[in-house]
Amino acid sequence: MTPRITLATALRVLTQLRHDHRTLALLLVVPCVLLTLLRWMYDDRGPVFDSIGAPLLGLFPFVVMFLVTSIATLRERTTGTLERLLTMPLGKLDLLLGYGLAFGLLAVVQATLAAALVLGPLDLDIAGPHWVLLLVAVLDALLGMALGLFLSAFASTEFQAVQFMPAVVLPQLLLCGLFVPREELPRALEVLSDVLPLSYAVEAMTEVSAVADPFPGFLGPLGVVGGFTVAALVLGAATLRRRTA
Amino acid sequence: MVRSRRTVLDDVSFRVPRGSLTGMLGPSGCGKTTLMRAIVGVQRLARGRVSVLGLAAGSAPLRHRLGYVTQAPSVYGDLTVRQNLRYFADVLGAPRCDVERVITQVGLDDHADVLTARLSGGQRSRASLATALLGRPELLVLDEPTVGLDPVLRRDLWDLFARMAASGVTLLVSSHVMDEARRCERLLLLREGRLIADDTPGELLAATGTSDVEQAFLRIVEQGAS
Repeated sequence: MTPRITLATALRVLTQLRHDHRTLALLLVVPCVLLTLLRWMYDDRGPVFDSIGAPLLGLFPFVVMFLVTSIATLRERTTGTLERLLTMPLGKLDLLLGYGLAFGLLAVVQATLAAALVLGPLDLDIAGPHWVLLLVAVLDALLGMALGLFLSAFASTEFQAVQFMPAVVLPQLLLCGLFVPREELPRALEVLSDVLPLSYAVEAMTEVSAVADPFPGFLGPLGVVGGFTVAALVLGAATLRRRTA
Repeated sequence: MVRSRRTVLDDVSFRVPRGSLTGMLGPSGCGKTTLMRAIVGVQRLARGRVSVLGLAAGSAPLRHRLGYVTQAPSVYGDLTVRQNLRYFADVLGAPRCDVERVITQVGLDDHADVLTARLSGGQRSRASLATALLGRPELLVLDEPTVGLDPVLRRDLWDLFARMAASGVTLLVSSHVMDEARRCERLLLLREGRLIADDTPGELLAATGTSDVEQAFLRIVEQGAS
């Protein structure tokens, strides 16, 4: 890989987003609106928002990044720009890290906005330090990005790519411990939830919101989230073939 | 060569001399694109060998030395022409002044700051062609670069190709428009995955006793059938 090409790719992705005002607005505003809605729903139920607010703060960037990345990568594959890039001196990592940098930056902005809203006006009470909350939210977003990148290889149309969201994200959401604590799930589902990355993303968030000194408790699940992200990126790189049939 | 379990190219063998302008002609579906993909090294081969500028097709050092234009314009629709070219110039390590040069070469000066998605089909394919002119490619593989273009522009582009060939660049240009063949130094005629002629236009016409390439093509096919 070449830093010059990686940076150029990140800049290019950001410039593309800059031309697409509506997507940018949706990316930044939708999580905030949803969190506000949630706060309102639980207005009379006091501590409930405190326990689910933080995990959801990690969830929204995850879902949004998953969607945006899978579509962006699919477009790169179907419009021929990927084939062109792969005949040029561009390393696969340049492309993956370029997307990672651009969407990572976007994830930071998105998570910062959402966190500022939740911790400020929406009055979320978390035990742990705020910056750890932000860190976990950004890493969750990167996980969503890496999974989206990898899975886009299995879609040949945008219709299919969008369907991956209910197919891949919703089961993880159901089993991640937000609805039923994972240890209370039927045994088979508990084992299944053990191998799903979102379970750990939510676990790290729960740790941060419940424990005043989350060190080193949240590092375990966060490490798993990081591991899944790297694995998905490596698998994603393997799906970028220079030669195709 | 087998693509999607269908044999696309069978027993095709030829050499393109350096610094020449070679046309690859044949009807739609005859295997032109697959052959070009094999040359730029993005096509998986069932068997056979493709060597480009003395190296195996698709090997890493070639990625600085060749330009490839796919039939469908491959540029980012949500970037302007200039932004597209700047990005590809950065990837190639080409100087920024190259961007302005290639914009002028393909005649897009007036549209340099328009989003490529808003351009007409012909303008978009010129933006795609401009990308391949960045840097100093020694080999240009152009898949139907002149489809849908205004005749004046088509002539200008063929002039550009001829000038590039004169300066030592090797060009392989495909087309299904037979009269573009006149502009080539050498012709490869493809039909149903087989190479049916590999000659200079003059020799091709002389050998078939015809006056244009379309006639020559028909004559060869008829002779093959009888």
